[in-house]
Amino acid sequence: MSELTLTVMRLGFLAVLWLFVIVAVQVIRSDLFGTRVTQRGSRRSGDTRPQQTRQAAAPPQQRQQQRQQSGGRQRRGAPTKLVVSEGTLTGTTVALQGQTITLGRAHDSTIVLDDDYASSRHARIYPDRDGQWIVEDLGSTNGTYLDRTRLTTPTPIPLGAPIRIGKTVIELRK
Amino acid sequence: MSVVTNTTTIGAIEAPSRRNTELMMLAFAVAVPVFAYINVGLAIDGKLPTGVLGYALGLGLLAAVAHLVVRKFAKYADPLLLPLAVLLNGLGLVMIWRLDQSPRLIQRAEAQWGAFTPDAPKQMLYSAIGIALFVGVLLLLKDHRILQRYTYISMVTALVLLILPMFFPARNGAKIWINLGPINIQPGEFAKIIIAIFFSGYLMVKRDALALASRRVMGLYLPRGRDLGPILVVWAMSILILVFETDLGTSLLFFGLFVIMLYVATERTSWIVFGLLMSAVGAVGVATFEPHVQQRVEFWLNPFAEETWAQSEQIGQALMSFGAGGTLGTGLGQGNSDLIMFAANSDFILSSFGEELGLAGMMAFLMIYGLIVERGVRTALAARDPFGKLLAVGLSGAFAIQVFVVSGGVMGLIPLTGMTMPFVAAGGSSVIANWALIAILIRISDTARRPAPAPAPSPDAEMTQVVRP
Repeated sequence: MSELTLTVMRLGFLAVLWLFVIVAVQVIRSDLFGTRVTQRGSRRSGDTRPQQTRQAAAPPQQRQQQRQQSGGRQRRGAPTKLVVSEGTLTGTTVALQGQTITLGRAHDSTIVLDDDYASSRHARIYPDRDGQWIVEDLGSTNGTYLDRTRLTTPTPIPLGAPIRIGKTVIELRK
Repeated sequence: MSVVTNTTTIGAIEAPSRRNTELMMLAFAVAVPVFAYINVGLAIDGKLPTGVLGYALGLGLLAAVAHLVVRKFAKYADPLLLPLAVLLNGLGLVMIWRLDQSPRLIQRAEAQWGAFTPDAPKQMLYSAIGIALFVGVLLLLKDHRILQRYTYISMVTALVLLILPMFFPARNGAKIWINLGPINIQPGEFAKIIIAIFFSGYLMVKRDALALASRRVMGLYLPRGRDLGPILVVWAMSILILVFETDLGTSLLFFGLFVIMLYVATERTSWIVFGLLMSAVGAVGVATFEPHVQQRVEFWLNPFAEETWAQSEQIGQALMSFGAGGTLGTGLGQGNSDLIMFAANSDFILSSFGEELGLAGMMAFLMIYGLIVERGVRTALAARDPFGKLLAVGLSGAFAIQVFVVSGGVMGLIPLTGMTMPFVAAGGSSVIANWALIAILIRISDTARRPAPAPAPSPDAEMTQVVRP
């Protein structure tokens, strides 16, 4: 066997051995568990690339609609964050990025309320097609109040209007 | 219509089983030793070795059986433990086979015993038995907490296993063997698993007493005198092993294991300080009395001295072979590590690898051992029950100490001891016992990573107070 082949094999074997070690370390890296935040089709204005690909794939009809959506999203005065202004979580803010925010005492809520008067799944806040934020009571025991009125149907949230859940008050701000 | 999903989901990932990752890694772990086998064949004979197909099939079959059993009976187990062990076992087989091809070793065996028996087929058989035991442990041990019931039985078993070799004749200066007719067993290898079970069961019950009932003196927590009892007993045991069986490795393994587990169980640094002090006292004390130990220390300090060379040239030869390997090694099958005549494929197999794969290969080896230990400790962190935590730490700690003691001995860092490199070295007891060790770790990691059963439907809802106007 020629010297060259053997040298190549010798170095190749070391490379393969180390490749195995590196792949094993990669497996460990992907094996760390914890909370994962998956963003599916985020509609942030700064994040345009996924949107473009989605538009390209969509038939023209829908494309028009999406353009409307993005138009609605970018209009002035759209809220950018949710702020807890009263209650034990006072000061907490959550950025609004087109995701549904669930409120309640259940541990998997986006905002876990530490409030005896809140239900485990109390309410949710989500954007509708036009980017308008909607609050919906999820059949809570004590109800969700927008300003002073108890909610019975999903209701659009005006900027700065207080939403009361038990002792907690949250509002949307720019 | 376009579906507007409410777009972000935040939640715990449901634990994936990762069995396909394991399968992929296993395929890789079988491919690497097959490559090594071909490399050795090409380097020695200049042609493809004839046994390569049989070897690949054999190793692949063992890996496949182990994988299928894990897939069926330990679905959520760690994906790396099995491939790492298979890789080490496979590479060990290749090196043993490579040393079987050495004309020097064949001549020597024929001169000494009249006949040469290759070790590689035997090692393949031991590996198969090891995998069989692995399968057996996974099948029979449905829950590692069952082992907790046998805390004191395992103590007695471990003591018997450790004491037994005293009654059998010494081989090569160390009494670590039991000879049962044709079968020679190194009971220390099995005892390390069994004693880890005892330590976990014992410390789980006693750790509060050991951790809390203590006085603080100069920043160290000094345990009460009566709590020192167990550590003194284990210390005395390991000293006795050292004196009567002249086996430094086993003695170090048991004492080190106990100190590690004490530290993990109690979080008191003072135990490590005590442990180090006691082992230093013990080692120095025994070394001044026991000629065999003195001799080993002498060999270690002066590996190239004339009198050392006359009695035991292996240590010097091992160092030479590491040096001959250099950074990238001489290449598989092209080294002269078969010049280490005695125990070249068992205790000194690491120096054969060191010569043929060089520093780069040696580092990869130690990384692989390190990864096994890391996965073991990770399992301990993830385990939900204290017994499982302690057992996982104990088993991976024993594994780590063994790797340290052997590689340190071969490389001249510490005095040489008669232990074997897990999975790599020729020797039935070692391979079989270590497969059992990996099986227990896999069982614990399966329990640890198994997703918890779904919580009862929303207990919070009932506690919501109603606003009464």
